Amino acid sequence: MTDRPRRRWHIAVFLAPAVLVYTAIMIIPLFDTLRLALFNKGDDGAVFVGLRNFATLFGDPNWSRQFWNALINNCWFFVIHMLVQNPIGIALAAILSNPRLRFAGLYRTAIFVPTILSFVIVGFAWKLILSPIWGIAPNMLDAVGLKSLFSPWLGKESSALTTLALISVWQFVGIPMMLIYAALLSIPDEVLEAAECDGITGWAAFWKIKLPLILPSIGIISILTFVANFNAFDLIYAAQGTLAGPDFSSDILGTFLYRTFFGFQLQLGDPYMGSAIASAMFGVILIGVCLYLFGIQTRIRRYQF
Amino acid sequence: MSTARSHPLNTAAAHAALIIYTLIALFPVFVIVVNSFKARKAIFREPLALPDAESFSLIGYQTVMKQGDFFGYFQNSMIVTVVALFFILLFGAMAAFALAEYRFKGNTLMGLYLALGIMIPIRIGTVAILQMMVATGLVNTLWALILVYTAQGLPLAVFILSEFMRQVSDDLKNAGRIDGLSEYAIFFRLVLPLVRPAMATVAVFNMIPIWNDLWFPLILAPAEEVKTLTLGSQVFIGQFVTDWNAVLSALSLAILPVMVLYVIFSRQLIRGITSGAVK
Repeated sequence: MTDRPRRRWHIAVFLAPAVLVYTAIMIIPLFDTLRLALFNKGDDGAVFVGLRNFATLFGDPNWSRQFWNALINNCWFFVIHMLVQNPIGIALAAILSNPRLRFAGLYRTAIFVPTILSFVIVGFAWKLILSPIWGIAPNMLDAVGLKSLFSPWLGKESSALTTLALISVWQFVGIPMMLIYAALLSIPDEVLEAAECDGITGWAAFWKIKLPLILPSIGIISILTFVANFNAFDLIYAAQGTLAGPDFSSDILGTFLYRTFFGFQLQLGDPYMGSAIASAMFGVILIGVCLYLFGIQTRIRRYQF
Repeated sequence: MSTARSHPLNTAAAHAALIIYTLIALFPVFVIVVNSFKARKAIFREPLALPDAESFSLIGYQTVMKQGDFFGYFQNSMIVTVVALFFILLFGAMAAFALAEYRFKGNTLMGLYLALGIMIPIRIGTVAILQMMVATGLVNTLWALILVYTAQGLPLAVFILSEFMRQVSDDLKNAGRIDGLSEYAIFFRLVLPLVRPAMATVAVFNMIPIWNDLWFPLILAPAEEVKTLTLGSQVFIGQFVTDWNAVLSALSLAILPVMVLYVIFSRQLIRGITSGAVK
């Protein structure tokens, strides 16, 4: 403790670069965006307008229709991920975690491939495959006698969003699979052996022993999915363009923000309304994260081995 | 005994399920790459056939090479990814070391402050980031992207690396101090080499999202000479949307570098995820 009175400069030196970059590029712009949401174009530069941008966003029929449309679409996008991506991921992980399974490494590597591809590749690849012009999808359905089921899913208002959500599920199923797989591997053998002695094996062991033990991981995956979904943009932009067509039926908050902030076709971009939408997205994500941290995470029972 | 008898059947079902899903996962990549080597007629007549002597054609690749500067895009992506990773690892490890090693006022608070960014996406601040880049003249430079990705990657890097640095033995560091090493030497010569596996994990986690990002290149660096591969192929495909040979070849060229990286790093990536680095 002899160095007590000396200033420990090295701590500051170690912390400074990270804190500076992080504060300057992430935290300050974040708050600056929230601040910009309270301004609008005036005669000379920006003028403070209080909450009027939000009043426009929620009150003006033109804006509020688009906003609620994007928000509801975004919620549906998230629901599909939760209902399809996570169960498939858990099922694949459960199969893979069997220690006697051969080629497990090979399957794992192959199933993770879509996750590493960019949205541009994924969006265009599926657009081509589902395209009625090329005919891969209708021909494959024809081969199993289901041709009548085919329709240009991406081009129809009723199915475009669901199709895009499923494409996104296809792309990201590897992440829940890996995280659940890791959680399943960390369950000690003694626990499973003890269950086996009590006659609990196979499916029963999965539902009664393993699933409760991996619940915390499922919680983390859910919140990761939530945050990723509510700032998604790339896939819809790559597959459907700025207008998130047909007729805005696949519009989500990310594409709505981009359109408003950057403009499209003849409409000019509006940084102030863009900031208002970004602030609304921030609010949605904050509510979700808080619900998880205080409502779910504290209630999930964790087991220490 | 009953479990032993049902075992082969169970195994077969498991393999069947995994094979079906593997096919679903790889099928689109397969279709794109295979058809990029075929002449236009063959693409439409037999989309699922492998290219043979008659249908083989490189016309799509020729168009891509002539019309798009894919080597330039690739170079830009490479520079942005490598430099951003370097800063994330260096700055992240330094901050993680400060948080893990020293007890000072505000340590926990600083840790929480840096962890905020794990949950809040940096995209929310895009409007102000663009204004700042315009004001500083960094718009349409690779530095704009490098800075943004560094800021985006730091929170998780600090979080993961500080977990690992807490496990480095105190005896080793104290021995170094007795030998008269400065705190900087302890960090660079003793601690950094020991956390290399964790650094590799952080690098792999950050590499893919940076390489694949479309949002920030689109907004901060859309000019031709600083386009990344992701944005470059997006724009190229948008322009050549009716030239199927060119589109398929451009997609294949965009897939290639990621696949190469994945083959090199997949073991590291999977070990990173399964070792519980993200908890």
